[in-house]
Amino acid sequence: MDITVSILLTIATAATPLLIAAIGELVVERSGVLNLGVEGMMVMGAVAGFGAGYLTGSPWIGLAAAIVVGALFSLLFAVMTLSLATNQVATGLSLTLLGLGLSGMLGTGFVGLPGERLPNLYIPLLTDLPVIGKLLFGQDPIFYISIALVFGVSWFLFKTRTGLTLRSIGDSHTSAHALGIQVIKYRYLAVMFGGACAGLAGGHLSLVYTPQWVENMTAGRGWIALALVVFASWRPLRVLAGAYIFGAVWIGQLHAQAFGIPIPSQFLSSLPYLATIVVLVIISRNKRLTMMNTPASLGQAFVPDR
Amino acid sequence: MKKLLIALMTTAAAMSVAVSAEAADKLKVCWVYVGPIGDFGYSYQHDQGRLAVEKKLGDKVETTYLENVAEGPDAERAFERLARQGCKLIFGTSFGFMDAELKVANKFPDIKFEHATGYKTAPNMGIYNARFYEGRYILGQIAAKQSKSGVAGYIVSFPIPEVVMGINSFMLGAQSINPNFKAKIVWVNSWFDPGKEADAAKALFDQGADIIVQHTDSTAPLQVAQERGLHGFGQASDMIKFAPKSQYTAIVDDWGPYYIERVEKVLDGSWKPEDRWEGIKTGAVFMAPYTNMPDDVKAMAEATQKKIADGWNPFTGPISKQDGTAWLKEGEVADDKTLLGMNFYVKGVDDKLPQ
Repeated sequence: MDITVSILLTIATAATPLLIAAIGELVVERSGVLNLGVEGMMVMGAVAGFGAGYLTGSPWIGLAAAIVVGALFSLLFAVMTLSLATNQVATGLSLTLLGLGLSGMLGTGFVGLPGERLPNLYIPLLTDLPVIGKLLFGQDPIFYISIALVFGVSWFLFKTRTGLTLRSIGDSHTSAHALGIQVIKYRYLAVMFGGACAGLAGGHLSLVYTPQWVENMTAGRGWIALALVVFASWRPLRVLAGAYIFGAVWIGQLHAQAFGIPIPSQFLSSLPYLATIVVLVIISRNKRLTMMNTPASLGQAFVPDR
Repeated sequence: MKKLLIALMTTAAAMSVAVSAEAADKLKVCWVYVGPIGDFGYSYQHDQGRLAVEKKLGDKVETTYLENVAEGPDAERAFERLARQGCKLIFGTSFGFMDAELKVANKFPDIKFEHATGYKTAPNMGIYNARFYEGRYILGQIAAKQSKSGVAGYIVSFPIPEVVMGINSFMLGAQSINPNFKAKIVWVNSWFDPGKEADAAKALFDQGADIIVQHTDSTAPLQVAQERGLHGFGQASDMIKFAPKSQYTAIVDDWGPYYIERVEKVLDGSWKPEDRWEGIKTGAVFMAPYTNMPDDVKAMAEATQKKIADGWNPFTGPISKQDGTAWLKEGEVADDKTLLGMNFYVKGVDDKLPQ
């Protein structure tokens, strides 16, 4: 039983950064903006989180710094694509490149320093419950934030008027504009929410997952988060499922290897990606359903007076 | 998308070199790293070697480097770019650069190339390596002495000879203490991904290992060991700061003296391609202080280290292959060529080698 709990905890830790970054990007894309800079914002969040945590001695301040820096960094993208109407794909890619380089430069002084980990939740009695205690009441604080984010975003998008407005902008910015909705303002806020989430996801890496700073420590997780959004066909609860399926397959293959199952390790390592492709194929079989979910003006620049 | 990004990054990184000032009469020496110099592991140690060259010969040479260069076709672009930019001596520091570097070396016969951990050479390309496996034998002995469960977890990157050699040496060391010692092996198919390495360490600990060994480059596995109150070994650098209660020792690479020597040889015109493979004896590989273990284990480790420094090779027979067939006879020592192309396990390794 112990090992099952331990495996589940490991899966939760692996899935949390993917989940947070993906849920942020989901909101961005729902507003019709495609930000490929997730990896860059994430790695900036990681360096800011570690740096602030290390300098102040408080991982909580680190966490706050990760969120703020992620949001500020995404502002750069927002100004370029929303105010100056540059190409979103190119700008997003350059945001990633800039983030990877800049974080490496800013983080030079933090390399080789052990950081302090955000403490796990501990509630007397509840956390000590057998089996479910640790799973429900003994994880790191960011885990709880990630779950709250999924349900919060789901509620916001589908149950509030502002959420409806945001989705309508994503589907047709010209119609929304004609109705008097401030398209650019909404998109600014959405992009910054996405940046804050990516920053938080990065902070999870450098404050919980592996409490240290090393260059490039996101190692492609931002791209996986981007894929998860498509995988989930822009539905928050499916992002939750996707992130955990991905985490489960990844951790599962490590255990399979350690267990000595005679399957080539290269194949096992590619399983999470294979699983993603299979699900994508299954989802995209129904073309109309996919079309209905995809924000129709995704990736298109909007100039109000056009 | 990731591939594209890496390609873009390599190109961008390569172009940024062009900006660095051209000093007229200084020898330009260049390095290509597979990871970030901030990995605090393998690439970091190579860069420390580069800095040692700058410190010692700074008035005669100018150095530059490319980091995060992906193995494969991108690497070729990186080497070619450096060659065109006036580098006279280029060090490629990862096994996977081998074919790319050789190709570029053939194209630029006037430029000198050196490649670490590979086996292909050219009239203007030498190879160098450090005998890390010597250190791994000591790790094996310590693990077998210290483990309560008799099982170690071993995190590895890719099934290349260097890594296979390390696993074998570790197992030989462990079995010299406890013939029933087991190692669970997990391939993460990456040199550097702290998250993945941490996950692998957790999986191995969950399955009963109580000591972690790694042939990947980040400090994450040791941090997991520290969190769980278990133990492990540092890789490439002394990682004691990350796991003051968990690190037994670390195999530390010291490339500085070698790089200085090679650069000096280019300066005085006596450089020629060589096949250099040094270890504990010359200090190219050294062991971080032995900590967190009882005195008798420490004494044993030191004795083995001295034995190796005096010229004993851990791959000294009798040794059988995994399937039980004989490999080395009593007293027979493995030749370097076999070691550098090693593609089989020795007896007792509990894993199927990915081919």
